[in-house]
Amino acid sequence: MLEMLISVWNWMPDALQVLFKIVAIVAPLMLAVAYTTYAERKIISYMQVRIGPNRVGPRGWLQPIADAVKLMFKEIVIPTNANRFLFLVAPILAIGPSLAAWAVIPFNDTLLLSSLDASLLYILALTSVGVYGVIIAGWASNSKYAMMGALRSAAQIVAYEIAMGFALVGVLMAAGSLNLHDIVMGQSGGVGSWYIWPLLPLFFVYFISGVAETNRAPFDVAEGESEIVAGFHVEYSGMAFAVFFLAEYANIILIAALTAILFLGGWLSPLQGFGVLSGTSLEFLTQPSIAWFLIKTSFFVFVFLWLRATFPRYRYDQIMRLGWKVFIPVTIIWLFVEAIMFLMKVGPWSISVAL
Amino acid sequence: MSFQEVIFYLFSLALLLSASAVVVSRNTIHSALFLILTFFTTSAIWLLLEAEFLAITLILVYVGAVMVLFLFVIMMLDVNLARLKEGFIQYLPVGILVAVVMAAEMIMVVGSAKFGIQSYPLPVPKAADYSNTKELGSVLYTEYVLQFEIAAVILLVAIIAAIALTMRRRPNTKYQSPAKQVMVKKEDRLRVVKMDSE
Repeated sequence: MLEMLISVWNWMPDALQVLFKIVAIVAPLMLAVAYTTYAERKIISYMQVRIGPNRVGPRGWLQPIADAVKLMFKEIVIPTNANRFLFLVAPILAIGPSLAAWAVIPFNDTLLLSSLDASLLYILALTSVGVYGVIIAGWASNSKYAMMGALRSAAQIVAYEIAMGFALVGVLMAAGSLNLHDIVMGQSGGVGSWYIWPLLPLFFVYFISGVAETNRAPFDVAEGESEIVAGFHVEYSGMAFAVFFLAEYANIILIAALTAILFLGGWLSPLQGFGVLSGTSLEFLTQPSIAWFLIKTSFFVFVFLWLRATFPRYRYDQIMRLGWKVFIPVTIIWLFVEAIMFLMKVGPWSISVAL
Repeated sequence: MSFQEVIFYLFSLALLLSASAVVVSRNTIHSALFLILTFFTTSAIWLLLEAEFLAITLILVYVGAVMVLFLFVIMMLDVNLARLKEGFIQYLPVGILVAVVMAAEMIMVVGSAKFGIQSYPLPVPKAADYSNTKELGSVLYTEYVLQFEIAAVILLVAIIAAIALTMRRRPNTKYQSPAKQVMVKKEDRLRVVKMDSE
């Protein structure tokens, strides 16, 4: 049976193989997105001593499916005087980049769609393109609320992208490579050799910028309900709204996965190199595995939800201040520290690069 | 025609069409969006040339940052295109003359006689593990380091000049200082008054 499948696989043309690989990434991702919305509602309700969705299916497990079906059957209302074409293209522009970025994410040593040499740069480029969905949605809706949301979001994303880019420069200096696979391999050797320790400030800057970049609480002024109703997607209904929703959660999972890859060693085990475990029945814990990657990613997704339940929304001028006046100086200073340490061959920076 | 050629002509066509649509389009937002499409197709053509680093950087810098700010500004403008296009016919002959002169000059300077495909040998394709990021960096920071730094300084001067030109000092505007707000203590704001109960 397996041999037959393998021969069928080899017989398929390359384009079809790639198509199947893409489906193998996107289908679980979409399922993960659906259940992230469920997890969000459940986690936040437990944090607020509520029960959360518990009516559809056992313990509410079918809630995301019911939501999806409901959104699919709702009418897509197009406002009068809206720019029809751009109005409908905007959600696609929002979700396209957030799915395309997954092409270069390595799930384990061999499981990745494309080992692009400049994959870190590719990720940065695609996450910055995602803002067009928001801007075009805001403009094409012909609504002041939507427009305000789009402007807020554009200014915020541009501001935090710079800090994010600098944080990534720190990672690439430590790894000496732009390839995500090489970056993970540069962190092998257990929990002590992960980049989170030498790059601790950059780790915080990266993750918080990621939260700001995905327009999540406490940076969700782009859709601040108390001021501008729902921001850029106020005029959207039905599936067009659902696509924005999918894009937001796909971005959350992407940022979580990237944080795990760049700072926490991706699929590598934290117990790698622990001699105590070798020979015992727990030896499998020291092996690299996709399970480690999924655990780390899930943890950061949880942190996203945790932040939302914990912090009140930032004031807009404070968001700008944090982005421009706090994060960018912090990253620049840490890059200098890193460069000096690198030249003096002090600490963990000196070990990784072999040019 | 090989598959690569089909892709090349497809993207070239899209590039030319979107570039002309930038100029022709009546709506400024549409023009800006066509400009973004132009950048994307250019980047795709660079990818065909195996210049991945440059292609991705083009998207990152121009599409991801410059055009966002562009759109940001354009969306808030209320441009009356009808007034801008007034006297189009009147200036058309001069415009055509300038365009023809410029085209002729460009053909003379960078035309196929000097930069044509026959005057250069075919580039040798590099191996799959060749990293053009590393290659670019090793040239940029050694051979061309002076030019690179001059460009950086010019950009810095431009940034400072742009800020200096647009900054208006308005003494009456009230600002909040987050540092002061954080430093506030209970005693600064709150006064407990003792009163007899009645």
